[in-house]
Amino acid sequence: MTAPVTTPETAAPAAAGQPFEPVILGFTCNWCSYRAADLAGTARTKYPYNVRLIRLMCSGRMEPEFILEGFARGADAVIMTGCWPEDCHYRIQSVKALRRFLFLRRTLSDLGIEPARLQRFYASAAEGQRFADEMARIVAEVKALGPIPPETRVALAEPPAAPPAAAEPVEVEA
Amino acid sequence: MTTEAITPAEADAVAEAKPRYKLAMYWASACGGCDVAVLNLGMKLIEFTERWEPVFWPAAMDAKRADVRAMDDGEIDVCLFDGGIRTDEDAEMARLLRAKSKVLVAFGSCAGEGCIPGLANQRSIEAVFAAAYDPELNDVNGGTPNGPWGSPYGELELPTLEVRLRTLGQVVDIDYLVPGCPPETERIAEVLGAVTAALDGTGPLPPKGAVLGAGTSTVCDECTRERGVKTIKEFKRIQTLAEVDPNLCLLEQGLPCCGPAARDGCGAKCPAAGAPCIGCYGATQGVKDFGARLLSAYASVVDASEPEDIERILAGLPDTVGQFYRFSLAASLLHGGRS
Repeated sequence: MTAPVTTPETAAPAAAGQPFEPVILGFTCNWCSYRAADLAGTARTKYPYNVRLIRLMCSGRMEPEFILEGFARGADAVIMTGCWPEDCHYRIQSVKALRRFLFLRRTLSDLGIEPARLQRFYASAAEGQRFADEMARIVAEVKALGPIPPETRVALAEPPAAPPAAAEPVEVEA
Repeated sequence: MTTEAITPAEADAVAEAKPRYKLAMYWASACGGCDVAVLNLGMKLIEFTERWEPVFWPAAMDAKRADVRAMDDGEIDVCLFDGGIRTDEDAEMARLLRAKSKVLVAFGSCAGEGCIPGLANQRSIEAVFAAAYDPELNDVNGGTPNGPWGSPYGELELPTLEVRLRTLGQVVDIDYLVPGCPPETERIAEVLGAVTAALDGTGPLPPKGAVLGAGTSTVCDECTRERGVKTIKEFKRIQTLAEVDPNLCLLEQGLPCCGPAARDGCGAKCPAAGAPCIGCYGATQGVKDFGARLLSAYASVVDASEPEDIERILAGLPDTVGQFYRFSLAASLLHGGRS
């Protein structure tokens, strides 16, 4: 039996009085940070359950579009993780991911989304504990920030109302 | 551009042989540049009127909203709609023209992706009014014109601003999109020619949602400047350069050019003239978010690997939203941050 998965789109807004549980997307690379998450799992290291991990082959595969779409679909925060720069399996892609992260964080900040909602850290395949600690830190930070403003969640917004009958009574115009 | 002289009798024969289609053109929140681009067709426009009868075109002829309301649904064959949807009147006209038109075309950058007026989506209506009607600068009539307004000339009912600018496609169903700010005149002629042929049944009908009058690649593909290995150590402003290399890629010279993300079709006129592409043809095929694609391209060629160095280079772009979303903020994934 599997519990229903809460995606950003199906996450219910926190009821009044209920503690805010953020929905966070986490992108991992195949070779380091995903292995770190795996290690945290096999070692039974506990960390908050708010993060939904998505595995990419490399953090350099991370397109800024993925992150923006995550926010548009209601994620409260997005985490980019990857190999330490000197360990990247695809040479300099981890550095390119760092540049994209910095460019995007500035742009999001200019668009009114707090920089802390876009996070990044490195974790090697041996750093399961670090992975869990960083996740706990980020979840605490995002909880302190509160939910992302509803106007950012445009993808969830209702489509524009159906047009009223076009043949309105003719108005008198000059 | 010359047209063969034909006698009125011949013209009548041609008109009899081929149907004359009804054309509408409307401006919502726009500057009017798209209408001027169509008028720029010159003699070509006169030729088009042999096959096209303008029935509603506020920029060029006298016809009122009531005339459109009196039409049957689907009576207009093609409506070129330019301008974004910023006021309740724009939205009403969009719905009205959608109902009355067989083919509705989002014409130009405003209707397609919000364009410059869409940049106001970063601010609230109050902030927009505060900027536009600063009492110390230009408050000559008293108050801000929004909805009912007791003007010195009598009671007026003016359109009210909606919370953000929407693209035409975000308000009604659109059939085609013609990008550009404004669309290049020669491409407009191509589009009108192709649409005429499609309606005549002598040419293919483009699939719904197609982008007409533009390519599927990027402005870089059309640009004739030399491209080498890009390594940017600093973003520069064109005013600060003593000289722009006439042959080398502008991005390689540190000028923030939008070519890598922008759709081709314009002929890369700006880079050819020594000015960086500003991306007015919108995101190229398959790209959901212009800004995300452009910043990704810039990030790939920045020559720095330490966070401080990257931040220092990034500081050369003081207005990231204006740089990455100059024309496309209203159509971007985050819609400019306002729903």
